[in-house]
Amino acid sequence: MAEFETHEFDVLVVGAGGAGLRAAIEASAAGVKVGVVSKSLLGKAHTVMAEGGMAAAMGNVDDRDNWRVHFADTMRGGQYMNNWKMAELHAKEAPDRVRELEAWGAVFDRTRDGRILQRNFGGHRYPRLAHVGDRTGLEMIRTLQDHGIHKGIDFLMETTILTLLKDGNRVVGAFGYDRERGRFRLFKAKAVVLATGGIGRMYQITSNSWEYTADGHALAFNAGAALLDMEFVQFHPTGMIWPPSVRGILVTEGVRGEGGVLKNKEGKRFMFDDIPENYRSSTADNPDEGWRYTQGDKSARRPPELLTRDHVARCIRREVKEGRGSPHGGVFLDIAWIKERISNAPEHIKKKLPSMYHQFKQLADIDITKEPMEIGPTMHYVMGGVLVDAETQMSTVPGLFAAGECSAGLHGANRLGGNSLSDLLVFGQRAGEFAAKYAKENLAGTIDTAEVDWAAKKALEPFDRGATGGNPFAIQYELQTTMQNLVGIVRLQEEMEKAVEEIAALKKRAAKVGAFGNREYNGGWHAGLDLGNLLTMAEVVAIAGAERKESRGGHFRDDYPNKDPKWAGLNIRIDRAADGGVKVTHVPVAEMPPELKQVIEENK
Amino acid sequence: MATTATFRIWRGEGASGKFVDYKTEVEEGMVVLDVVHRIQATQANDMAVRWNCKAGKCGSCSAEINGNPRLMCMTRMSQINVNEPVTVEPMRTFPHVKDLVTNVAWNYRVKMKIKKFTPRKPDAPDGTWRVQQSDIDRVQEFRKCIECFLCQDVCHVLRDHNLHEEFIGPRFFVYTAALEMNPLDTESRTKDLRENDGIGYCNITKCCTKVCPEEIKITDNAIIPLKERVVDEFFDPLTMLFRKVSGK
Repeated sequence: MAEFETHEFDVLVVGAGGAGLRAAIEASAAGVKVGVVSKSLLGKAHTVMAEGGMAAAMGNVDDRDNWRVHFADTMRGGQYMNNWKMAELHAKEAPDRVRELEAWGAVFDRTRDGRILQRNFGGHRYPRLAHVGDRTGLEMIRTLQDHGIHKGIDFLMETTILTLLKDGNRVVGAFGYDRERGRFRLFKAKAVVLATGGIGRMYQITSNSWEYTADGHALAFNAGAALLDMEFVQFHPTGMIWPPSVRGILVTEGVRGEGGVLKNKEGKRFMFDDIPENYRSSTADNPDEGWRYTQGDKSARRPPELLTRDHVARCIRREVKEGRGSPHGGVFLDIAWIKERISNAPEHIKKKLPSMYHQFKQLADIDITKEPMEIGPTMHYVMGGVLVDAETQMSTVPGLFAAGECSAGLHGANRLGGNSLSDLLVFGQRAGEFAAKYAKENLAGTIDTAEVDWAAKKALEPFDRGATGGNPFAIQYELQTTMQNLVGIVRLQEEMEKAVEEIAALKKRAAKVGAFGNREYNGGWHAGLDLGNLLTMAEVVAIAGAERKESRGGHFRDDYPNKDPKWAGLNIRIDRAADGGVKVTHVPVAEMPPELKQVIEENK
Repeated sequence: MATTATFRIWRGEGASGKFVDYKTEVEEGMVVLDVVHRIQATQANDMAVRWNCKAGKCGSCSAEINGNPRLMCMTRMSQINVNEPVTVEPMRTFPHVKDLVTNVAWNYRVKMKIKKFTPRKPDAPDGTWRVQQSDIDRVQEFRKCIECFLCQDVCHVLRDHNLHEEFIGPRFFVYTAALEMNPLDTESRTKDLRENDGIGYCNITKCCTKVCPEEIKITDNAIIPLKERVVDEFFDPLTMLFRKVSGK
C-alpha cells in the first residue's frame, strides 16, 4: 500500500500559469474549495515568457476595432479550422477580461489619453494587443498571482501530477508527488481543470520552458479524453539562433510590430516576395507604407513581416535553404534601422523592447539599437489539445476540464500572436466557472486505491533499477532530435512514419530508465517521469501529422505543399484505443451560423 | 573552441552538504546553467537544480556563483575565469533543501501579509481608469521584478542578522512601493512599513540594487522614498503637533 498525504478539494486546478490561476480565481469566487497544483514555484509558469501582449478588441488606439474584426482575424489566421464558438466567445469576452486585470492591479502601458495602449501584431487588422513593454506575460501572471493569494485558494507548489483518477466514467481526483520531499500526494476533487500548457520540450529548438512536457495532453489522453488538432504545431519565426546555447529563446513579434524588418544576407527585405492571396489586399506593397502602418497611420496597410507566423517562418526557411541565410543559419531581424526614421531611436527601442535589448546584450553581445539580430524559427506553441466544449471547457470525460494551451479549438490551424494570453483569461475564467458549477452539482467520487497503488509503484520503479537503468536525459535528447528532424517545420510522410518507429523504440528504453540518489528534489527521477508524457504525445503529433495529407497553417508538408479542399472541413480527433494505442478519426468542422459567416464576409 | 572547466558544485542536504568537483567541456556562448545541466545529464542525474525559462524571465535559477548572487541562466561562461574552479552554491539566506535548491516559501508568506491592491472607483462609466504614462513609469520599473529573491539573499539584515520575522526584505519593499506609488491604489501601508515590515533596519548599503538582474534601483527608487513617507507621516514635527492637538 502506497504512502501518501491526502488533500480534498471541490475543484483541483493543475497548472498555475495564466489559465490555471484565472480558473482558480473564478472557481474560488463561486464559493467552492479550490486547490492549485503547480509544477514549479508560483509565478514562474511559462506565461511569464509571453512578451508581446494580449489581444482584445477594445478599440483604444483604433476605434474601428471591435469583436467582429477580431473574430474574423482569428478565424482567418486559423484557416477556418477553429471552433467558431470559441473564437466568438474569445473575441467578445477578451476586452472585459483585460479590464478586469487592470482592476486587479496590472499596470499596462497607456495611450496619450490615459487608456490601455494597444499595439500591432501579426494577423491582427488593428492595433489590438494590450501590453507592458515586452514583458506582458510577467505582468499578467504577477497580477493573477497577487490577486489569487488573497482568495483562500490552496497552492501546492512544485508538485507534479502523475495520473488522473476515475470513478467509472468520471474524473474524481489526481495522484502526484511533491518534488521537495519526493512524497506522494493524493488529491480528491469533484472537478479537475487541466491548465498545463504545451509540449515544447519534445523539440530541440523551442521557446518553451522546462515544464512544457505535454503533461495535460497526456493525462487527459490516458484518462480517455479526446484530443484534437495535434498536427498543428506553431513554429515562431523569430527565435535566437546564436550562440548555440540560447538557440530557440523567443524574440517577440513586438519587434516587428514596432517596425523591425526581416532581411537576408544580401540585405534584401524578402517578405515582399511572397504575400499569400488572402492577405494581399491588407498587406503593404512597399517599405514606406509598412513603416507608416507600424507608426499608427490608419490609411496604411501592414508590412509583410506581420503576416501570420506559419507563413513568415516558412519564408525564413526558404531564404536559408536557398543560400541567402545569415552566418549561423537564420536571417536578420533589424530594428536598428528605424534610426533613419526617428531621432531618438536607441531610447525608443529600449523603452518599447526592454527585455529584447537586455536579452541580446547579455546573451549574445549584440546591441539591437545598433545592429541586426540573427534569428530563425523556434517551436513555440501547439494549437492542438484536449477537445473541449466551447462554453464550459469540459472535455469528453465528465468532471475533467481544460483551458489554455493544453486545450484545442480556439486557434484552429495557426494561432495569432497575442491570442494566447487572451485565451488563457477568457477560457480560464470559463473553465473555473463551469468546474465550480459541476463540483456543486456532483458528489465526491470514490478513489480506486488499487489504481493509486499501481501509479505509486510505477513511479518508484526507476529507483529499483538505480544507476544501471537508462539515462532519462539521454532519451529526452534523442526524442528532441527525432521530433526536430522528422516532425518539424516542413514534414514528409516517410519521415513522420520513421518518427513513429523511433518513438516506439524510445518508449521501450524509457520503460527501463533508472534513478539513483534519494527522492528529494531528484532531477533525474523527475526527467524519467516526464518521459512518459512526452513520448506518448510525440507519437500522437507524428501520427496526426502523417494523417493530414495537405499543408495548412502550422502543418506544412513538402509532399503535399498545398491546401486540399477535401481536408478543409475536417479536424483530426485522437483517442486512446482499447489496446492503449492511438485511434484516429476525422470529424467535420462545425458549420458557422449565417450571422457569423456574414461577419467573415464583411471583414474579407 | 571548447575548453575544460572544473565546476565545484554544492551537493547534499543540510549539514552533510559539501562541494563536489566536476570536470566538463565548455563551449562558446554557454551560460552557467548550461554547464550545470550538462553535468546533471551526464555525471549527476540526481542533482537538484531549480530552473524554468532559461531566458532571465522567471527568476527560478538563482544561485551564488563564485560567491556572487546571480541567475545561472544569465551568467555567461565568457564572464568567468575557467582557469580556476567555478563554485556554484545555493542561496545561503534561505533554508537548504538539497544541492542548489533552497526553500523560498518564507517569501510567499511575507507577500500574503502586505495589504493588497485596492483601486479607486473607475474614472469612466465603462469601468476603466485614465492614467498618464508618466505617472506609472516608476511603478512599471518595480513591476519588472521577476521574484528571483537574489536581493533577499544578499541583504545583510536577513543573511547575517536573520531578522526574517521583523523585516520583509528588499523584494517586498519594491512590492510595497509598486502598490503605494500606483496612482489607482487607495490603501496606505506606511504604518505597516514602520511597525511590521522593519523598514528602519535597512541602512541603505545598496547590496540589493547591485544584484538585481532586472536592474531595478531598489534602494534609490523604492526603499528611500518609502522611508521618506514613513518619516513624513510619523516624524514630521507639524504632523506630530497636529496629532497631539487633534488626538488623531
